[in-house]
Amino acid sequence: MTNQWTTVCKIDDLVDNSGVCALVEHNQVALFKVVNNDNIHIFAVSNWDPVGQANVLYRGLVGSSAEQTLVISPLYKQRYCMSTGRCLDDENISLQTYEVRQEGKDVQLKLVR
Amino acid sequence: MNHPKCKTHIVVIGNGMVGHHFVEQMVEQNPLAEITVLSAEPRLAYDRVHLSEYFTGKSADDLAMTSPADYEQMNVSFHLNAKVTQIDKAFKTVITESGESFNYDKLVIATGSYPFVPPIPGNDQEHCLVYRTIEDLEAITASAKVSKTGVVVGGGLLGLEAANALKQAGLETHVVEFAPQLMAVQVDAGGGRLLKHKIEELGVKVHTQKATEVIEAGENARYKMCFKGGDFLETDMILFSAGIRPYDNLAREYELEVGERGGIVVNNFCQTSESDIYAIGECALWNNFIFGLVAPGYTMARVAAEHISGGDLQFTGADMSTKLKLMGVDVGSIGDAHAKTAGALSYVFENQPEGVYKKIVVDAKQEKLLGAVLVGDNSDYDTLLQYALNGIDLPEFPESLILPSDASTAPALGADALPLSATICSCHNVSKSDIIDAVTDGNCQLADVKSCTKASTGCGGCAALLKNVFDAELEKRGIEVKKDLCEHFAYSRVELFHLIQVGRIRSFSDLIEKHGQGLGCEVCKPAVGSILASVWNEHVLLPDHISLQDTNDTYLANMQKDGTYSVVPRIAGGEITPEKLIVLGTVAKKYNLYTKITGGQRVDLFGARVEQLPLIWEELIEAGFETGHAYAKALRTVKSCVGSTWCRFGVQDSVTQAIDLENRYKGLRAPHKLKMAVSGCTRECAEAQSKDIGVIATENGWNLYVCGNGGMKPRHADLFATDLDTPTLYRYIDRVLMFYVRTADRLQRTSVWMENLEGGLNYLKQVVIEDSLGICEELEAQMQHVVDSYHCEWTSVTKNNQSRKRFRQFVNSDQQDNNIVFVEERDQIRPATLAEKSQIQQRDNQELAMDISIVEIESDLA
Ligand code: SRM
Ligand SMILES: Cc1cc2nc3c(=O)[nH]c(=O)nc-3n(C[C@H](O)[C@H](O)[C@H](O)COP(=O)(O)OP(=O)(O)OC[C@H]3O[C@@H](n4cnc5c(N)ncnc54)[C@H](O)[C@@H]3O)c2cc1C
Ligand code: SF4
Ligand code: FES
Repeated sequence: MTNQWTTVCKIDDLVDNSGVCALVEHNQVALFKVVNNDNIHIFAVSNWDPVGQANVLYRGLVGSSAEQTLVISPLYKQRYCMSTGRCLDDENISLQTYEVRQEGKDVQLKLVR
Repeated sequence: MNHPKCKTHIVVIGNGMVGHHFVEQMVEQNPLAEITVLSAEPRLAYDRVHLSEYFTGKSADDLAMTSPADYEQMNVSFHLNAKVTQIDKAFKTVITESGESFNYDKLVIATGSYPFVPPIPGNDQEHCLVYRTIEDLEAITASAKVSKTGVVVGGGLLGLEAANALKQAGLETHVVEFAPQLMAVQVDAGGGRLLKHKIEELGVKVHTQKATEVIEAGENARYKMCFKGGDFLETDMILFSAGIRPYDNLAREYELEVGERGGIVVNNFCQTSESDIYAIGECALWNNFIFGLVAPGYTMARVAAEHISGGDLQFTGADMSTKLKLMGVDVGSIGDAHAKTAGALSYVFENQPEGVYKKIVVDAKQEKLLGAVLVGDNSDYDTLLQYALNGIDLPEFPESLILPSDASTAPALGADALPLSATICSCHNVSKSDIIDAVTDGNCQLADVKSCTKASTGCGGCAALLKNVFDAELEKRGIEVKKDLCEHFAYSRVELFHLIQVGRIRSFSDLIEKHGQGLGCEVCKPAVGSILASVWNEHVLLPDHISLQDTNDTYLANMQKDGTYSVVPRIAGGEITPEKLIVLGTVAKKYNLYTKITGGQRVDLFGARVEQLPLIWEELIEAGFETGHAYAKALRTVKSCVGSTWCRFGVQDSVTQAIDLENRYKGLRAPHKLKMAVSGCTRECAEAQSKDIGVIATENGWNLYVCGNGGMKPRHADLFATDLDTPTLYRYIDRVLMFYVRTADRLQRTSVWMENLEGGLNYLKQVVIEDSLGICEELEAQMQHVVDSYHCEWTSVTKNNQSRKRFRQFVNSDQQDNNIVFVEERDQIRPATLAEKSQIQQRDNQELAMDISIVEIESDLA
């Protein structure tokens, strides 16, 4: 098993405080660029909405609650913490999260294989 | 309370609703008491009040009020199918049918009552049934399956409920009543007449003043009921609901005092003539009265439990007021409904066309409310009940309590007007002061107050009142009924609106930096997005605004369950040329979209993938269409009728008016969606009175109605002004809408907004017609700004490459989302179900496997 950083798109493909989706080896990954007082943070979670059963999470709203940065499902409004994948509204549900970084103009994911 | 906690052995006969309530109360009062429950039924207590819901899908388990496990946990021992047949007072023992005996220190009889079956020859045949237990309902269900017609004998409250059940089971249903009217106990003759009419309209045949003499074999149906006087009625089944009789046989046989017409006599502590034996619920006779409702039974249960534990709570009678919905017909009865009190006077209001009857009974001095009857409209019930129960002084004109609120403004009874002792929830006997105490104890959520006081967990009828009292109490303590939008802004929508307008704030980031904290959320972001759009009307997809919108606004389309979108072009007033219809068809065909006519007089195209949206809209815009804002909290449609141009009754051109209105207000972002309609005459084919803004043509101009809606809680619009010319009509609508946009709460439709405006309709009229706040000019100017800055959002998006980039599934691939799968139904697509998807996937995998094996064979050959 190796860990490998893979470029999935350009930083310009991302939208401030909103999401896009990248196809990474058959997996749909939702990428969010969160800008807060000049701090930029990128999050990557699975695009699959486990409640709505559709590939839509990248179209969800970005928000926060206390210190957590959230994505909110566009279908039924469940809130997910983007760092941990944990669903705030149902502890039995969580999202797969990915390690992600900016490298020059590239956005890279760490893939485990 | 500090009652002695001793080990008393208590035996409870009967585990109906009241017997069960006693057990709960007893365990709470005296956890050490040893309790044995003997139930004649094969199951523990269930909710008899909601028994009829068994017919609409609730199971016996759903109706259960407890479970063997619960009882075991409470340390209560119980025996099912254990009918008590003997009481030995000397040895303090009861014995069941099967011969088991139990000793008691205290005995509680909670045997309830049984349905009375009139002694008519032939009443004991197979399909002659009653309505009291789950087993009864099982028998009715079985009989209904092999019957075409059913007769309910008895037109009281339960009889009508039973009739509804038969009707729903698909039987031709009759009600046979001995008295001259229905529900004679609760309702007066006038109300009874209207009730009969309404029930008959629903397809149930009502026969009053009919006495059945014999039930014999029928010719065309199973049975024939022969009435006194020679009439007869044929039917396949008969359900007796002719009243109840207390189960007092044990008391009779073992010499406890019983009433002349039945019922076990009890004192204020619910003790029978034998001080160690109590009787509670429907078997008990207090002050020569049997209470056939659950709430008084619960009070008796509490009284008995307290008394056994050493307390001195007393039963002092109970309110028999009832509010119910029978087959969708509201019926309410309060206090002295029949005006039997000496000197009592009545006010009656009847609206026959709309099927509403209201009567109030007041004392001779017209100071207090004694009783009321409501049929067809229960909206005044809660207020009237509070007047009656709490002896609140009547307003100067008592009739204003029941007259339609247009004619006079009915004085609504706010939570503050209620005395502390006011009963808020009669099922669980929760008073206003109990609720205040619960808040004092730190319960700041309605749900917590409910669970600790039990208020509103019985019949649920008090829910609205409970919320009022609760909100008012929080407000008083300054725990503000949280008007904060969310954790990011400590402001209400209205306050944010002012901050944005006055501070000339044009972006969310600016606003949150100045007045909020964090990143925002699904509540504040769209709300602020909407305010920004109402105030500045900039494109919602400008980089500054894009992250604010709910997904529907972001993609300018409505997301469907599978992640695809629907496309709704504007069809102003519902008028469309054949050419444009053809374009819709052509585009739908090209992109393989499902098409449907909406309830708003336009066409919806479903099943568009996100990446197809700009392509589809390009073609629609090319043909002259604009966005329909179906995704936005904004003006949706202006529905029209065909009007004077074609219709022989029309008095004005309603279609032109609707198109003009739609074009004027399209694009207006508001706290919630807005709908309008224009009808060409009073026949009202466009249903204008169910819209936020309704316009109805008159000989002399237009009548304006405001603040109606359909949806979850329909409300008819109120008549606002009459015979307006078109410029005045627009002025008024401009002002009403802009005032709404400025002052409403988030996601508050015009109806709720107006109901919450202090002063209501009259106040709104003052602001809009008389300009009492002096803001009309400003409101109009603001609206004109919105009208002038209108742009079709889809037109700008399709022309802008940067915006178009947002409409793709993947930033790094042109592939499609393979989870979107359609199948065909009635010659159109629909989303595949999960089962269908996995079937299709299996098939694809097999095909793939075959392809691979072919490739392998080929490479073998090579
Ligand atoms: C398409 C349509 C049903 C149809 O096939 O006919 C429809 C479909 C939806 N309605 Fe509706 N409503 C449609 C007419 C109505 C009507 C009838 C009317 O407008 O005359 C009503 C009752 C009238 C009213 O609103 O006062 C109606 C009352 C609702 C409500 C309840 C609103 C309320 O105040 O209680 C919702 C929920 C909401 O808005 O929060 C709703 C929400 C929705 C949503 C947006 C739910 C959603 O978020 O997915 C549906 C999506 C539409 C889509 O994907 O295009 N829809 N909806 C109708 C579109 C009309 C149009 O051309 O724009
Ligand atoms: C269809 C229907 C709808 C109703 N709707 C409403 C409503 O909307 N509002 C309202 O307030 N009330 C309503 N009621 C009335 C309400 O259900 C009764 O007031 C309430 O159930 C009375 O409770 P109880 O415990 O006194 O009697 P029951 O619930 O009748 O319980 C008595 C129990 O004792 C058992 N028993 C009898 N004799 C013996 C014995 N010798 N040994 C052991 N066990 C015995 C019986 O089998 C029964 O299980 C309705 C009733 C029905 C049938
Ligand atoms: S509302 Fe009047 S004008 Fe319009 S269709 Fe009906 S009858 Fe005709
Ligand atoms: S009055 Fe029945 S639940 Fe409150």
